[in-house]
Amino acid sequence: MADQHYPQDLLYHPEHDWVKIDGDVATFGVTWFAQDSLGEIVFFDPPAVGAKVTQGDSYAEVESVKAVSDVIAPLSGEIVEVNEALSDSPEKVNDDPYGEGWMVKVRLSDPAERDSLLDPDTYTADLG
Amino acid sequence: MTAAEPVLRRTPLHARHVAAGAKLVPFAGWEMPVQYAGIRAEHLAVREHAGIFDVSHMGEVETRGAGALAFLQRVLSNDVAKIAVGGAQYGVLCRADGGVLDDLFTYRLGEDRYLTVTNAANHARDLAWLERQAQAFDDVELIDRHADYAMLAVQGPAARAIVGALAGGDELPARFRTAELMLAGAPALVCGTGYTGEDGVELLLAPADASTVWDAVVAGGAVPTGLAARDTLRLEVCFHLYGNDLTEERGPIEAGLGWCCKEATGFIGAEAVAAARAAGPSELLAPFAFTGPGIPRQGNAVLGGGVVTSGTLSPSLGVGIGMAYVPVERAAPGTELEIDVRGKLRPAVVKDKPLYRKGA
Repeated sequence: MADQHYPQDLLYHPEHDWVKIDGDVATFGVTWFAQDSLGEIVFFDPPAVGAKVTQGDSYAEVESVKAVSDVIAPLSGEIVEVNEALSDSPEKVNDDPYGEGWMVKVRLSDPAERDSLLDPDTYTADLG
Repeated sequence: MTAAEPVLRRTPLHARHVAAGAKLVPFAGWEMPVQYAGIRAEHLAVREHAGIFDVSHMGEVETRGAGALAFLQRVLSNDVAKIAVGGAQYGVLCRADGGVLDDLFTYRLGEDRYLTVTNAANHARDLAWLERQAQAFDDVELIDRHADYAMLAVQGPAARAIVGALAGGDELPARFRTAELMLAGAPALVCGTGYTGEDGVELLLAPADASTVWDAVVAGGAVPTGLAARDTLRLEVCFHLYGNDLTEERGPIEAGLGWCCKEATGFIGAEAVAAARAAGPSELLAPFAFTGPGIPRQGNAVLGGGVVTSGTLSPSLGVGIGMAYVPVERAAPGTELEIDVRGKLRPAVVKDKPLYRKGA
């Protein structure tokens, strides 16, 4: 499992998601804190490409051996790509949460929503 | 001052769990290790070598006296007279209507001395029930032994060799047998029982000796294993979990536990169990495996009737597995089921017990 870290070049949502914005497309994933709280992730149930996601709503589910958790969209938009590799290797979310463990790419419908996201220092301060 | 919080009981091995990096969670009023290194690694360690579990949250009730056998025969579903001194037997505790109050192992320690192991969440209720029933019997003494014992389980293909090396040359008891031995210098009641489908033993120890024996078993190569892996291990071999697969609302026949009910002994609930056996249950607890993606969970509905009572991802098989009460006509192995996992229908097939078999 990866060591605890929160890259400086990402933005964060309080529901323990990270966002990397590249033009009008953003990559979503879950933070080190999220994967550590969940434990070993054994199943990723992705959304369909083309599905609409809304900031603050669930867009996917991850399951550990013991529990199911919703993954919350940090921004609104339309899914343009899902990380198919997680279907066979969901443990990538534990091993590399900010890299190979990315979940979806989303074409943003309201770029102004990014102003509500947190920088890493603010996000980690709230982890207590 | 801090606000009053519910006080969780700690086992004598609490410091060992903290030192081993366990994730500790509340369980039936106890602070218990749910996992150490990781559920999957712990699960596979038990299947391939050996794991050690702290199950000191489980309760013990000693029954003794000249009337002990007659009393236990009245409350336990199995034929208690068949337990030899040094033997062990599984049975259920039923209400008069056949609803299951608990499932438990009983060890016969002496001619008129028995020790019954309760589920942690049921211990107080079981004890009260037993005390009430015992009023109708002479020469029966019930003793709550929960605080007098720590309980460890050592399970896996190497478990007997690891524990045997601590026994100073004494033989460990065979399966479903018990023996009072010295282990690493500590007196232990060693029982050839477990909850994983692997060979192994369970150890009842004085709380003050628990850490010494734990350390010796870990030094011998057993991997500390938490309650989460205990659950995946037992579900792979279709052992019931009280509160999931067994409740007061379900009887032993529909739960597939008719084999441990001997109605001729006249136990409380025997008439209801005999009637259910004669009529045939309308639902049966069926083990199943998913044939595609997904993980079943307790409470998922089975399409066309029925409900999942236990579900997980099987670390040994790599697929979703579980047990569900389904209409009896759909409980036969090979029957295809669809299970509603949070709005998605997941295909499954009813399997034979156990879901996991060594070498299969």
